[in-house]
Amino acid sequence: MAEVWTIAETHNGSLKEVSFELLARGRALADELEVPLASVVLASHTREGELERLAAYGADIIYVAEDERFASFTVHSHAAVLLPLVRDHGPQIILAAATTTGRTLLPYLAVKLGCGLTADCTSLAIEEGTGNLLQIRPAIGGNIMATIKSPDHRPQMATSRPRSTPLGNMDTTRRATVIRVDPPSLSTDPVEVLGVRPFRDQQTSIEDARTVVSGGKGLKKRENFTLIEQLATALGGEVGASRDAVDRGWATYPHQVGLSGKTISPELYIAIGISGAIQHLAGIKTAKRIVVINNDDEANILDIADVAIIGDLFAIIPVLLRRLNERRKTQ
Amino acid sequence: MHIIVPIKQVPQSSDVKMDPVTGTMIRSGRSSTLNPLDLYALEAAFRLTEAHGGSVTVVTMGPDSAANILKEALSMGAERAIHLTDRPFGGSDTYATSYVLSRAIEKIGSYDLVITGERATDGDTAQVGPGIAAWLDLGLVTYVSSIEEATSTHLVAERLVEEGYQRVQVALPALLTVVKEIAIPRLPTLKGKKRAMASTIERWDAEAIEADRSRIGLKGSPTRVVKIETPKVARSCTIYHADGDEATLAAVDHLIDLLEEQQLLKEVHHG
Ligand SMILES: Cc1cc2nc3c(=O)[nH]c(=O)nc-3n(C[C@H](O)[C@H](O)[C@H](O)COP(=O)(O)OP(=O)(O)OC[C@H]3O[C@@H](n4cnc5c(N)ncnc54)[C@H](O)[C@@H]3O)c2cc1C
Ligand SMILES: Nc1ncnc2c1ncn2[C@@H]1O[C@H](COP(=O)(O)O)[C@@H](O)[C@H]1O
Repeated sequence: MAEVWTIAETHNGSLKEVSFELLARGRALADELEVPLASVVLASHTREGELERLAAYGADIIYVAEDERFASFTVHSHAAVLLPLVRDHGPQIILAAATTTGRTLLPYLAVKLGCGLTADCTSLAIEEGTGNLLQIRPAIGGNIMATIKSPDHRPQMATSRPRSTPLGNMDTTRRATVIRVDPPSLSTDPVEVLGVRPFRDQQTSIEDARTVVSGGKGLKKRENFTLIEQLATALGGEVGASRDAVDRGWATYPHQVGLSGKTISPELYIAIGISGAIQHLAGIKTAKRIVVINNDDEANILDIADVAIIGDLFAIIPVLLRRLNERRKTQ
Repeated sequence: MHIIVPIKQVPQSSDVKMDPVTGTMIRSGRSSTLNPLDLYALEAAFRLTEAHGGSVTVVTMGPDSAANILKEALSMGAERAIHLTDRPFGGSDTYATSYVLSRAIEKIGSYDLVITGERATDGDTAQVGPGIAAWLDLGLVTYVSSIEEATSTHLVAERLVEEGYQRVQVALPALLTVVKEIAIPRLPTLKGKKRAMASTIERWDAEAIEADRSRIGLKGSPTRVVKIETPKVARSCTIYHADGDEATLAAVDHLIDLLEEQQLLKEVHHG
């Protein structure tokens, strides 16, 4: 029975959360198809207990290739393992994360394997009757949802964003078959990783954050942008910004939300002093909750907001910070 | 250094409206533009050729109107422009598009680098760059945020990834996809515009690039769009007015209660 595969991602020898989220998606598909679910792990080493966690979150089979060179990602070293593995085992579906790794690896593999790929799926389902994978994704800046199929090519490949699906139930009694894969020798990798320079401000990427607090031109000047940072800290979230704020140098580009910045799906998005230009909205359409602070009760952003406080942000945020702080003290 | 930059014509997003009845896209006539993220690919290419000599060739696959973005690139400093246009190219997905572009790049020949935008703002897939690298077996470095060093044989660059900036060295020829941090794009100059007017754009069809017919257009595309829906925006916004101190306090407390109810406040750790 052709398997369903998910590609795990690791960082410093630990599996990233998204590896388990992919298993939740994969489990549903594999159950529907009544086939085994496999997780593929390429890592420099795997920590004690990590593979068991994959089993607990739904993997029936775990393919593991361990090699020093997987300490950092290059598409060539990963493809050298995955291409023969896919050809040998013939999975019908491969799911990966829509991260910088997944979004580099999967399109490369798709061409090499001669099959289709759908990026950033928000939902995946099996079509009744045909067993084809239905891949649903936002398109044109979130204005439409497209359902995509790849009926005549296998494997069917898709990526989905981190945090776009909840984890499945963990069952520590579940066991998986672990299959060790010898990484084939890659005579030369055109890409050599020299090192990693962490972000100066130690932030997690806004794409991974549960809460994102964004500021726009309404903040008026750079110094005021610290209000956004303080609120983000108080809420345990990350800082986002509109393009106008980034262009003015109040925040750096990795913080930019929107069409030419990042598309994010946090649990909570707070937009402060942001008008909600269509290019900005394109980045937040899939956020679960949207809260707005703006002095214009006709701002565009209200169209997609759940809650709005209309008024002067410079009066509102200090009160909000104070009340959050008081609440913390009384707990 | 010869650099090839594939660029794409995209709808100006603010002009994209959905027909509320049919759920189809309404594209007004003159609403197309150069993919804004391709400006960064062009700028990176110009800076490299200015520093190391050489030239930039731009290529696009698209309808007749896509010639406009080639003119724009010429007026910014590209030396040669190629327009891939032919009926059978129509309906290409990213697999077929990257195939067509790779055939064209092969025909252009003798290049050191191919630089693409991070993604096109319409399809938003970021798949065409890596796809081209796969067709041509090029070294691939995505999300490049700066280029530190370039020689005739290799390049040292940084990539913007989830953990920070990954520094890599890549052997040439290679394909890079670049992010916005790489440089601030230039504007077309008057002199450049005049030069662009005088330049000719080469038009190539499927035969010119010796494309395998089974790999292009709708027929050559493994993926099929089977349904398009306009998501219903079901949000109804609760509005609190914060006029004056009291109202502000009330509004803020409402918000905090709501966030708490939905478990969106930061966990408070005791001890
Ligand atoms: C091709 C293209 C790509 C783009 N990509 C992006 C992108 O990725 N991301 C992005 O954000 N934009 C993008 N833009 C820009 C976008 O069109 C808008 O210009 C931008 O989002 C506006 O930023 P803003 O909301 O911060 O500023 P403004 O539109 O100026 O809004 C400021 C808001 O602050 C409010 N305000 C002012 N003072 C106060 C106060 N004291 N208290 C409360 N509220 C106040 C105002 O009412 C207003 O609503 C793009 C544009 C183009 C053409
Ligand atoms: N039709 C096309 N013609 C030329 N270049 C393209 C085309 N489609 C995509 N590209 C290039 O590939 C990049 C990524 O596009 P996409 O994969 O569609 O998000 C773009 O920034 C362009 O550099």
